[in-house]
Amino acid sequence: MNNLLEIKNLYIEGFYEDRWQPIVKDISLNLKRGEVLGLIGESGAGKSTIGLAAMGYTRQGCRLASGSINLEGIELFDASEEDLRLVRGSKISYVAQSAAASFNPSHRVIKQYVEAPVHHGIMGYKEAEKEAVELYRRLFLPEPEKIGYRYPHELSGGQLQRAMVAMAMSCKPDIIVFDEPTTALDVTTQIEVLAAVKEITEKMNKAALYITHDLAVVAQVAHRIMVLRNGRLVEEGETRQLIKKPKEKYTRELLNVRTLREEKNITDKMDVILDIEDVAATYTGQDMALEDINLTVRKGRTVALVGESGSGKSTLAKVVTGLLPAIHGSIKFFGKDLPLELKKREKEDLRRMQMIYQMPDTALNPKQTVRKVIGRPLQFYFGIKGKQAEERIKDLLRNIELDPDIYIDRLTTELSGGEKQRICIARALAAEPDLIICDEITSALDQLVAEDILNLLQNLQNKTNMSYLFITHDLATVKAIADKIVIMLEGKIIEQGEKKQVLSPPHHEYTDKLLASVPEMDPDWLDNLLEERASTFI
Amino acid sequence: MKNVLFLIFKRLGASLITIFVISVIIFIGVELLPGDVAESVLGQSATTETVAAFRKELKLDLPPVIRYGAWLKDFIQGDFGTSLANGRPVSELITWRLANTLFLASTTAVIAIPLAIFLGMLAAFYRNTFFDKLISTTTLSFISFPEFFIAYILIFIFAVKLNIFPSLAIIDDNMNFTSKIYAILLPSLTLTCVVTAHMMRQTRAAIINVLASAYIEMAEIKGITRLRIIMHHAFPNSLSPVINVVAVNLAYLIVGVVIVEVVFVYPGLGQLLVDSVSKRDLPVVQASGLIFSIAYIFLNLSADILSMLSNPKLRQSQI
Repeated sequence: MNNLLEIKNLYIEGFYEDRWQPIVKDISLNLKRGEVLGLIGESGAGKSTIGLAAMGYTRQGCRLASGSINLEGIELFDASEEDLRLVRGSKISYVAQSAAASFNPSHRVIKQYVEAPVHHGIMGYKEAEKEAVELYRRLFLPEPEKIGYRYPHELSGGQLQRAMVAMAMSCKPDIIVFDEPTTALDVTTQIEVLAAVKEITEKMNKAALYITHDLAVVAQVAHRIMVLRNGRLVEEGETRQLIKKPKEKYTRELLNVRTLREEKNITDKMDVILDIEDVAATYTGQDMALEDINLTVRKGRTVALVGESGSGKSTLAKVVTGLLPAIHGSIKFFGKDLPLELKKREKEDLRRMQMIYQMPDTALNPKQTVRKVIGRPLQFYFGIKGKQAEERIKDLLRNIELDPDIYIDRLTTELSGGEKQRICIARALAAEPDLIICDEITSALDQLVAEDILNLLQNLQNKTNMSYLFITHDLATVKAIADKIVIMLEGKIIEQGEKKQVLSPPHHEYTDKLLASVPEMDPDWLDNLLEERASTFI
Repeated sequence: MKNVLFLIFKRLGASLITIFVISVIIFIGVELLPGDVAESVLGQSATTETVAAFRKELKLDLPPVIRYGAWLKDFIQGDFGTSLANGRPVSELITWRLANTLFLASTTAVIAIPLAIFLGMLAAFYRNTFFDKLISTTTLSFISFPEFFIAYILIFIFAVKLNIFPSLAIIDDNMNFTSKIYAILLPSLTLTCVVTAHMMRQTRAAIINVLASAYIEMAEIKGITRLRIIMHHAFPNSLSPVINVVAVNLAYLIVGVVIVEVVFVYPGLGQLLVDSVSKRDLPVVQASGLIFSIAYIFLNLSADILSMLSNPKLRQSQI
């Protein structure tokens, strides 16, 4: 069988700074039936752009500049809109990063599945419905007969992602483009989706492009890997080959970003700065979102809160900050009982506890400059204005390793994701806090950028002896930064202790599952794991 | 957030409080009007005794709080008082006028709402093309002109030059439905011109706003036609702002059409209100003012409820 997809010397341009500039440069790739090609790189590498271009699709403000995209003998490069429409969905389909955003909230899930086959004239409504249920079953969705008749908001992230994989299969296309299908998911859910991807590509003999920034993930599913950077190919190779013997320095960097930090001991002598006792909280008044929470944070140390989505990690952050008042229990900060409600807390207490959020995009006002964002807490907490504030802002920018002269007058929208997160850190630092609560602050960032941010936080802690309460679902991050680990499940703490102790056996059953779910660079890891799980079920 | 019914009851309660506050404001406003009803009704030749006697008869000598209580109690029971100008019950005066106003408003709504939404969808579909600009410019020019100007232009073209529609929208109970529609076609067209632009612009903006969503990109990638994407994927998700702007315009059609009524000499509630103000016929002013407010609040309430129901997330929580 010849190549299903052949892309030759493709250039794609984007319109920014008032002119067309190349964003994908001279990319060629081939894809055969039954083959999975991994595209890997940081954001801005042009991975998604290439993935979409394989369907002849470009996002607004982009255009195909030159080259050729040949899909099963059809040239897509200069095809008409109508010809492209006929190909899309039927011959090649797409699984997007955020299933939650990619399902239309107004229609039931199965209706969106059925739409493509019915409108491409491939099968009737009833038949498509039946196939949907069959696929849902194959992808291990719970209650396959019923789940499709729910609205998207009634499904969990992992379920939606699998429903979208099913939707991409609806017209039985030959090629599926997976664009970061597991990035937004926690490790345990990620396994389910990866298993679904394997199921489809191997057992149903489809070809796939698998786009991700996580080398360990792509190693599980891809036969070949292309490493991209700034729209160019860095290197290409067979998966095992590439992981064993990367040729380029950049690939090596991607391979070994996750490093452990030096061990710091926690002793009873160190000051406890935050002491949470017997806290419980609820959103609805009936179901408990948090129960029996006991937790201490010591000076200059990092406590990592780990758990799946829905385990109550972020809720705990809300309770500590007072955004969601606990219904009982006490929160002591430097030995003093904090009022449970935010409104009743003193300004000084607010100052000493700062927060950094998951989405730097939404945490920064898009109409404000860096100067204003960082200057605001200076004025609010210390009354510093004018020249003095200017100096302090510059200091803070230097602290977060951004050049003050370049960045101080930029709008927050003119920054990259990593730079935005740095600004959020500077804003928190401006208040000179004793405790910073970091809520999944690296999960929206690329691997290398995330690594930089973690290093920065590390350096800042060494300098100022601040404490961090670090919320994450990523165990690799935890290994890298935590002194103490707290594992949460369904609103309760199921295990906590020093890092060494929690990470070394014997584990709590759930901790074990979490640890086992973190992908390893070994390409056989997923297969082994799935086999192991299958055998334990029997 | 527990369920939709609870939310609806909450809104309903808030609406009742609002109506109560408005009734107080209307009452105080009318109290503050300069001049004395008794004097103005009886004329300059009236003696002080007759004026005093008349005031007593109208209970104008009682303190305002008591009169307000009595008025509100009667209003709730459907007794709007008697007109000071001609002694007929206010409810009798208002019922017929209100029916006419609602008739004109609903006729206009039946033409304008589908037209505006359809044009809005088309404009979104052909956005930034000549067609889009043509629709926008035309509808925008219509709202830029004063209503009476459009009204007179339409009269000039359709009544004077072409002579196909009557220039006066006079209706009475003896007319059948079609001849009534025929009679009010010109005012209705005038109002259509006035309200379409607003609704159409909002529909267009709401749809274009939704077109930037990831699920629209998904639909495009699934190979769905653009027309279906607009109608099936974008429109259901832009319903909430569209419903709200429709409600505001419906409210305008009921409470804000005095000028058009005057131009076409149409016996609507707006004209009655204006007449009564000039005659100091306070019971009529108070009653129609309150009816207008209730209509306005009721429409906004329905808009809130409908946009809640258009969202599956909120609709589902009912069960």
